[in-house]
Amino acid sequence: MLHPTVIRRVEPLGWGSIFIVAAAVALSLTVSALLLAAQGKDPAAGIWLLFQGGFGSRWALEDSLLKAIPIFLCSLGVGVAFRLQIWNIGAEGQFALGSVGASAVALSFPALPAILLLPLMMIASMAAGGLWGLIPGLLKVYLKANEIIITLMLNYIGILFLDYLVYGPWKDPVSFGFPMTPAFSANAVVGSLGIGRIHWGLLLCIGFGVTMWVFLQFTRTGYELRASGENVQAARYAGLPYRRLVVMVLVLGGALAGCAGFLEASANLNRLQPSIMVGYGYTAIIVAWLARLNPLQIGVAAYLLAGLRVGVENLQLDLQVPAAFGGIVEGLILLSVLAGGFFNHYRIRFGDRS
Amino acid sequence: MTTGGGAFVRGETIPKSVRANAPSPGFTLKKASNFIMEAESSTGVEKRYFTRKSREATVKKAILSLLLAIWMSVGIAAAEETRVGFVYVSPVGDAGWSYAHDQGRLVLEALDGVSTSFVEAVPEGPDSERVIRNMARKGFDLIFATSYGYMDSMLKVAGEFPDTVFMHCSGFKTAPNMGNYFGRMYQARYLSGIVAGSMTRSNTLGYVAAFPIPEVIRGINAFTLGVRSVNPDATVRVVWTKTWYDPATEKEAAKSLLDVGADVIAQHQDSPSPQEAAQERGAYSVGYNSDMSAFAPKAHLTAPVWNWGPFYIETVKKVQNGTWKTGAWWPGLKDGIVGLAPFGPMVSQPVKDRVLEQKAAIESGRFDVFDGPVLDQDGKTRIAAGGSADDKALLGMTWFVQGVIGSTE
Repeated sequence: MLHPTVIRRVEPLGWGSIFIVAAAVALSLTVSALLLAAQGKDPAAGIWLLFQGGFGSRWALEDSLLKAIPIFLCSLGVGVAFRLQIWNIGAEGQFALGSVGASAVALSFPALPAILLLPLMMIASMAAGGLWGLIPGLLKVYLKANEIIITLMLNYIGILFLDYLVYGPWKDPVSFGFPMTPAFSANAVVGSLGIGRIHWGLLLCIGFGVTMWVFLQFTRTGYELRASGENVQAARYAGLPYRRLVVMVLVLGGALAGCAGFLEASANLNRLQPSIMVGYGYTAIIVAWLARLNPLQIGVAAYLLAGLRVGVENLQLDLQVPAAFGGIVEGLILLSVLAGGFFNHYRIRFGDRS
Repeated sequence: MTTGGGAFVRGETIPKSVRANAPSPGFTLKKASNFIMEAESSTGVEKRYFTRKSREATVKKAILSLLLAIWMSVGIAAAEETRVGFVYVSPVGDAGWSYAHDQGRLVLEALDGVSTSFVEAVPEGPDSERVIRNMARKGFDLIFATSYGYMDSMLKVAGEFPDTVFMHCSGFKTAPNMGNYFGRMYQARYLSGIVAGSMTRSNTLGYVAAFPIPEVIRGINAFTLGVRSVNPDATVRVVWTKTWYDPATEKEAAKSLLDVGADVIAQHQDSPSPQEAAQERGAYSVGYNSDMSAFAPKAHLTAPVWNWGPFYIETVKKVQNGTWKTGAWWPGLKDGIVGLAPFGPMVSQPVKDRVLEQKAAIESGRFDVFDGPVLDQDGKTRIAAGGSADDKALLGMTWFVQGVIGSTE
């Protein structure tokens, strides 16, 4: 008789975990295919269209990359906070503030040359996003406030502030009352890299991603951060500057989400309008967990999730499955990958009970 | 939609240049066979059949050219079909804005030589740009984008695909290959206001509204003018939800209006949940987009509804026979693009008569909803007696008429 027994691994699974992730993704895609079949759609064609739309052509690769940029930056920011077991849910609001900061500069100094204006916009966006991260940081450190609640509530305040600006003082006078700022001047638009429609934001992402990895892996503060995240009590006992680290990760996360807001407003919308908010700040949380908070893996996960979202549009267009199907596939993948994480620390032995 | 991914494959594999050369409109067997012969002669089939080797080559070439011809004729048949794409802001769902457009799409789908597809729940902004661009890339001939936030995205893509016709609903920008269209929903809203104003007992009506943009404000104003045309003491309270589609939020907003004494709930929202809220409290309701009576049969008085089908057919026909030219279309009651859902059983005959009378007046042009004098909330005259609001004023309307309680911010 086979009796499954759960046994804790002595060492967590290293590179082998790639197979677990692959198996989890395969499992969720299989379930998705069954769901397609249940709707009377050809499951093989469906999965192929999904892949084809997200990654199967130059256009698709480019579209997915463009969509991955803001997700990556937000995710990098929340990921570093999660490392410290600080639950920053506020990337959405920080993203909003970042786009507001960048727009303030773009609308105030439209005539500045791009080489000055764009860095200024970026600094303003990161400062505004960082400020939105500083508030929960200070409240947590000095008043022991719960950062989950504070960051979540600040999201609403941030988004409503954005709404106030575009419905009120910043509204384009020739927009027939529609809530949008005037279009940015050409100097305020982040340019293309010359590869399709990929803009300079991609280089920013690579720069921030590598810097973050080096910071976490090779610097003293990075080490302190990782150590504190493993065990807060022990870290405090060891005299690590926990409070300073808390404020730092929240500000850092805010600045990165703010930068994402700058890129979206400048490169993609060329103006500020409420529809800039599509939930990247929340997607970032999913991505950070899928990537197990590793900066480089966050890059991969952001890209794959962006590709999935782009691919689902293709699936809709050609097979006419409901949009909700995309959410289901996404949820299945997240659930099975996270649940699969169990096997990193445990294994199951089949055999006689002895 | 044809079976499987077939239409999609064909659209991708036939380059636009080939399709342009192919005898696409009015495809007949004769044209196709001419086309095949042309293809054969251009490979020089007849001239070389002397040696065995060359005969083999000839056979091979003949087979190849035949295959090529078949492949191309399949392409021609596909190209002949007009492919129409729709971009929706919300799920098609079962009663709302996107549902109403999708009803129009289904009318097109039933036509010969037209195939349609859609992508739903597309956020405004960069995502919509990608979706519209992908449709254009895949060879859709005509693309309808049905939310105002798609305007700039569509304009950008229209510049990249000059051979595709783009139609944007509810915006104000156009391009040589991009038109915009909308319907004078405010006319139907005025009529629904007459019904609501006749049915209220508390003289307080509630209006669950999405965003303070001119289209919504215009609708609230028209509704209020309709209400007060039969009931000058009534007021209309407005709650903004800041969402087009969020059943839970819409329902909460409706409840908050019922709590302050509203006994008729109207809505500019895409879900029927405000209707349900009204029915639960024993109040009346006025729907929107499509007949919502199935969701609240005891409450539903009527609803200003969209009827996009005829306009979509007209547009597709124009694109098919090459007479489509850019423009801004804003048809109204008399064109049938907007109308009222059937009255509920609680609406009395005199009220119905009054509504039909006003409807006839609007259709004939004898009367317009915004005929002066129209006062704003502060009592200031916005439209003088004897005057009316022109389209520019209607499209940019950001003030409430007298009788509305709420702010346009």
